[in-house]
Amino acid sequence: MSAQGERWVSSFVFLLFCASSIPRPGIAGLRQEPSPQRYFSGLEAGRASLAFFTPHVSPGTQPFLEQIESSAEALQDYGISVVKVNCPKEDISRYCGKENALRKAYLFRGNILIREFPTDALFDVNSVVANVLFALLFNEVKYVETLADLQNIENLLKGKSNMVFAYVPATGTAEHRAVMEAAFVYGTIHQFVLTTEAALLKAAGNDDPDGSSAWLLFCHCQRATDPAQPCRRTALAQPLTLLNIHRHLKLMGAPLVTEVTEDPEKVSTVHLQLGLPLVFILSQRETYEADRRTAEFVAWQLLGKAGVALLSRDLVDLNILHRSNVALKTPDEGVPIQYLVLEDTDEVITLVEDKNKVKQIQEDEEKEDEEEEEEDEDEKENNNQDIQDDQVVEAVSRDKKQELPLEQVLVLTEETFHSSLSEAARTVVLFYASWEAVSLAVLRSYSEVADHLKDTPGVLLSRVNCWDWPGICSQENVTQFPTIKIYGKGEKSVTYDGMWGTEELTSFIILSRVSCPLKLTTMDEAEGFLRGEIPPELSSHHHTSLLGVFSTATGEARETFEEAGNILSGHIMMGMYFEDDSLALSRKYSVSPPALLLARSGGRRVEGIALPKQSVQDLVQMIRYELLDIFPEITVQNLPQYLQLTKPFLILFSDGDISQMESKEMLKLAKGRPQQAFVACWLNLKRTPVGYGILRTYFAAVPSLPVLVWVNLHAEGQVFQFPPEQSITEVNILSWLEKLQAGLEIPSCTLSEEDWKPPLPAYDFLQMMEAAVPELPLHPSHHPGDMPTQHPPQSPGGDTAIREEPSQESMAGKSVSPGRDLRGTAPRLAAREKQGRRHSEL
Amino acid sequence: LGLALCVVSGTAFLYHDYCVIGAGPAGLQVAYFLQQAERDYIVFERSHAPGSFFALYPRHRKLISINKQYTGKSNSEFNLRHDWNSLLSHDRRLLFRHYSRDFFPHADTMVRYLEDFASLLDLRVQYNTAIIHVTLERNEQAWNGHYFLLTDQDRKNYKCSSLLVATGTWVPNVVNFPGSEYVEGYETVSINPEDFAGQTVLILGRGNSAFETAENILGVTNFIHMVSRSRVRLSWATHYVGDLRAINNGLLDTYQLKSLDGLLEGDLEDLAIVKDKKGKLHITLRFYLENRNISAGIDSITLPQDELDNFATRAPYDRVIRCLGWKFDFSIYNRSLRMMPGKGNINKYPQIKPSYESRGTRGLFVLGTASHSVDFRKSAGGFIHGFRYTTRAVHRLLENRHHGVPWPSTVYPITQLTNSIIKRVNEASGLYQMFSVLADLILLRENATAFEYLEEYPIGVLAELEMQTGRKAPNGLFVIIMEYGRNFSGADKDVFYYNRAVGEAQHAWQSNFLHPVIYYYKRLPTEREMKLRPPEWPLPRPDAIHHIVEDFLTDWTAPNAHILPLRRFLENCLSTDLRSFFAESCFLFAFTRQKLPPFCQQGYVRMQGLMGSEGLQRHAVQAGLLQDYTLTDFSGDRPPDSHDRSRDQLLRDQVIPVRPLQHLVNAKDE
Repeated sequence: MSAQGERWVSSFVFLLFCASSIPRPGIAGLRQEPSPQRYFSGLEAGRASLAFFTPHVSPGTQPFLEQIESSAEALQDYGISVVKVNCPKEDISRYCGKENALRKAYLFRGNILIREFPTDALFDVNSVVANVLFALLFNEVKYVETLADLQNIENLLKGKSNMVFAYVPATGTAEHRAVMEAAFVYGTIHQFVLTTEAALLKAAGNDDPDGSSAWLLFCHCQRATDPAQPCRRTALAQPLTLLNIHRHLKLMGAPLVTEVTEDPEKVSTVHLQLGLPLVFILSQRETYEADRRTAEFVAWQLLGKAGVALLSRDLVDLNILHRSNVALKTPDEGVPIQYLVLEDTDEVITLVEDKNKVKQIQEDEEKEDEEEEEEDEDEKENNNQDIQDDQVVEAVSRDKKQELPLEQVLVLTEETFHSSLSEAARTVVLFYASWEAVSLAVLRSYSEVADHLKDTPGVLLSRVNCWDWPGICSQENVTQFPTIKIYGKGEKSVTYDGMWGTEELTSFIILSRVSCPLKLTTMDEAEGFLRGEIPPELSSHHHTSLLGVFSTATGEARETFEEAGNILSGHIMMGMYFEDDSLALSRKYSVSPPALLLARSGGRRVEGIALPKQSVQDLVQMIRYELLDIFPEITVQNLPQYLQLTKPFLILFSDGDISQMESKEMLKLAKGRPQQAFVACWLNLKRTPVGYGILRTYFAAVPSLPVLVWVNLHAEGQVFQFPPEQSITEVNILSWLEKLQAGLEIPSCTLSEEDWKPPLPAYDFLQMMEAAVPELPLHPSHHPGDMPTQHPPQSPGGDTAIREEPSQESMAGKSVSPGRDLRGTAPRLAAREKQGRRHSEL
Repeated sequence: LGLALCVVSGTAFLYHDYCVIGAGPAGLQVAYFLQQAERDYIVFERSHAPGSFFALYPRHRKLISINKQYTGKSNSEFNLRHDWNSLLSHDRRLLFRHYSRDFFPHADTMVRYLEDFASLLDLRVQYNTAIIHVTLERNEQAWNGHYFLLTDQDRKNYKCSSLLVATGTWVPNVVNFPGSEYVEGYETVSINPEDFAGQTVLILGRGNSAFETAENILGVTNFIHMVSRSRVRLSWATHYVGDLRAINNGLLDTYQLKSLDGLLEGDLEDLAIVKDKKGKLHITLRFYLENRNISAGIDSITLPQDELDNFATRAPYDRVIRCLGWKFDFSIYNRSLRMMPGKGNINKYPQIKPSYESRGTRGLFVLGTASHSVDFRKSAGGFIHGFRYTTRAVHRLLENRHHGVPWPSTVYPITQLTNSIIKRVNEASGLYQMFSVLADLILLRENATAFEYLEEYPIGVLAELEMQTGRKAPNGLFVIIMEYGRNFSGADKDVFYYNRAVGEAQHAWQSNFLHPVIYYYKRLPTEREMKLRPPEWPLPRPDAIHHIVEDFLTDWTAPNAHILPLRRFLENCLSTDLRSFFAESCFLFAFTRQKLPPFCQQGYVRMQGLMGSEGLQRHAVQAGLLQDYTLTDFSGDRPPDSHDRSRDQLLRDQVIPVRPLQHLVNAKDE
């Protein structure tokens, strides 16, 4: 756009303001015409007029007519006359004759009807002006509905002209009017694009969630050279008023960087005239190119907030510090120009955005040491990516100075591994990596296990650090850290697959000392086994015993049982009895072989279970299910076993043990008919205090206890609370469950189904690299919006040079980077590095 | 293992699936892998013993490949990073440090080592067999559409399906100029310093052999001048082991300290040498000799100093020694094999693809030093400590192509993603030695719940991954390589400037020293993208990239500086949460969220939760990453079922530090 054109526009706008501020008597600008004929005959070609027709007998001005009348003045500024046409009594023409025609206003250009407006579209002056201009500027203002349309327009404009993209929540609003008025003035210079689609707003990079406020973007498409990249954008930061839009467009039209060769005190630019500060980048001949890039980079950052000028020190005799590199001129009269020594472009931007910082930065410059600390704090504040948020890693690293009591645990090496396996009857080996947090956490539990088992004969606890001995680990097929394997003499090793906890691991090691299943040879032994007295090494250890009873004939079932025993070794004590008198045993417990007899660790009451013909996997699964309690106390350790049932949970949260009455009722319920449909259980908040966390999530505060809750963990995630006023009885619960099933109860809450997303963003090195090395043809062929890390697609630092080569420091300005630091500006800035602390020697 | 005898048109051929030419380090290395895979192969060696190059070279018998005895670590894979002489094998006796205690071992030790390697591993090497001709025989049935026909010095013929060329570069580079007949070659020049006493010597070349020769005679000569086309390249500035190593650079010292010795740049093609009556050699320019007859005698020839009386090399020399390196022997291949020299500075090597297969002939692979065109002046592919890995890579490609054995891989659950990368970048020697050439690949399984790990794949053929390895990558992949900082290395760069090392993770992309870099691609790059990649980039533009900040100890296991940023990168690429949790947290999530983080899903739910010792849980609570709910439970002496209002009130009023926990639980997008 030519400078002349620009001047024309600004004077036009100036006139406009003057015009609109001249007071007028009465309903200024409203013309009256006695009849349609008179009106139509008086229309001038090319002139727009808004007409409304009133019946010959005026029934008092209707409210909408009032609004049109009062907008006459505003419309006159745009050369649009508002005409009230009286309809003669006998007139039955198009505009006067029909009843509904009288409720409309008509917009004509010359005598061509452009649009008719229903009265409800013209509810106030703003809507009248907005809608009329919108209709007249049909060609100048493109209305878009989809992102594709917007992108098409943007692409067409690239290299040609700039685009003003406005979003208004609805047409007819004050903002809409402001945009249309601006378009009336600037429509021939910039392409105006309007939308009311909130979705487009988001796509354009505004994160206003509900799209309730209007928004205006200036898109610098004229400069855009890369067809794959969207145009750079500068959003209007102020509310959408005509004055603000005008100001914004003027600023966007101003040259990005002004070259200054005179005393900065005398310089005046559009920015200063509009009340914005002007930043001078002080340059000298040697570093001119780099400084110009820096200035441009800064200018893009400050676009709309301040002007940027490049001041050549060689041409202007300045009586200032030699190391100063930036100057700031404020629009306020009488405030002298400040000369500053700044480190990087961020500081320039802060300077403008937060004027209070100017002082601070200056002070900091004087006190180098303090400044370092300040910077550290700054970095911490705006960056918590480097704060550990992994509870296990953090706990382990906080514990790293604590020496572990690992005297009981033998350290194995490549040399000693095989020889020590043959030493003890059973060698437990923990494979871990000394840098890996989870395996170090397990190592702590492992040392506790070693302490528990130190008097247990025949068990050797050892460890292999896979970071030291990768050979053994890969040879033993250890692909994950940590892994625990138990090696018995002449047996296949068993990999531990239980909880990584002291108790569970200890129990596993104790149980796996005995072969599984254990062959029992006499009736007495079998009975002793069920009482928990056999095998003797486990008699002091609480455990559940499972006896398989087979008649000698059932070989296949026995083999299946033995294989299942291998799999379940360590988790449960299994025995088998297949002597001639096995029938007697089975008769005693009224089962017929093959069958299972189960004696739980608590009561040791023996339950008989028929053993159908099935695969090993099914048998293992069946045994696992049989081991589950009917009405268990749910704990951190045992929850996974019940989760596998994928059923809803009916949980009684209790502060301590539950009362006998509740226990009885719940047990009845659990044993009753619907037991297949859900897991009835209870939670002891004393033993499992994390239950408070659950209750707080469900009910915001912990309700009075005990509280009975229905949670459907596997579908929908709804949580229901059993009415606290009812007593916990089987009958009450069942009827509540019925209502619940029928959808008659309101859930207390619904569990979040949110995915587990990255807790924090990663460092976006790709963007940093691109910002630093623009000449690399790194730009993707696909749209840059779909990067894995979210960041705005435009990179304002795009046009910067390679990071300065240190060897070229003496040749300042030859190849320098204005990216983040201002190292190229002359004279060279103080040597402080903001690029990160580096070590050159220890 | 058939040693088949076929008869084609009257000629008897001994058939093998694989023929290897040359029993040097690369030939023996590939023989080892073929032997391990129980393939039908034979190695031809023209000498009576392996490693004949090392029997003669280096002339002064000192290897410049380091033989580090101690690293302070027992990790055998890690230690290979600092052992430049051993070949890869399962036999721990065959580590070079068992052969020599010298940091720079004697070349005879290498010969002895290679002999042991061949004999201890029982490799099938046919000695005293010089292959003098290689040609092709078209055959539809053959693996590659043709067989390779080899002829030895006794006119015995061999036939193979695949030909592995490991002949190295052994033909001395010779430059022809007027008077080049007065030049002695490195291969024959005396290594006895006394033969040079009081002489003035000119050495042509600026590589390690030239400097090694100079080093040997530095103390006894009048002075030594060294002339070469381009400036000297110091390996510690270029990070390329083929450039001048510090161990040989004594002449630089005496040159810069003005002790008569000197370095000159000039094109050898422009040179001419004339001998005067006393037998002294004078340097002149070819330009002056045009249209003149050398035999006319020295007096009629213009010397540069006649016109320019301060011409640098105006002093006459007693000897001129050529130390210009070696090139590949192209002479034995029939034209149909189209074994062409590379272009430009890699013209001493045959043209090969990044898969090490010849550009001219399918099924012909070049191994060892001769394959260095892939990473000439960049990485270590021309040296034992580099090509032992590329040879393994070629063997893996062959296994997949001819025997349907896919590239070895391990499948892990996604929770092991960070660990698997950290483990490899800390110990892998192939990634470290063959930086920017070999890469580890992580192929993601659907929904990113598991991944497949492939080691040391040549990234030049990344686009052909699925065809070359038999592994599929439909769900995106990570590529793990090691890189030096761009613009850091170079012959003219100052690599000792202040602040050369980056210490902070957030500036890791500016790391200068060798450090791991992870590229993330949502889909496999295409061949076109590989071709159009930015200059100096080993790979095309990724969807995201991560640099693990360089480390002074090359130990990348620091939880906050190394592992945490890596985890954040992986999380953001996969859009998931890869933190680890104690069982108690998983328990809470199981009851309060419909979905669980992978660590709980793949651990706790499968009954492998991490209970954590009390001490650790306490630390986590102190860090604000775990909440201690026992604090809220202080009604111990009340009956359990008392519905006490005041207690509820207390519970409600209890100030619970939920904020830090929110930090943990709240996984909203920023």
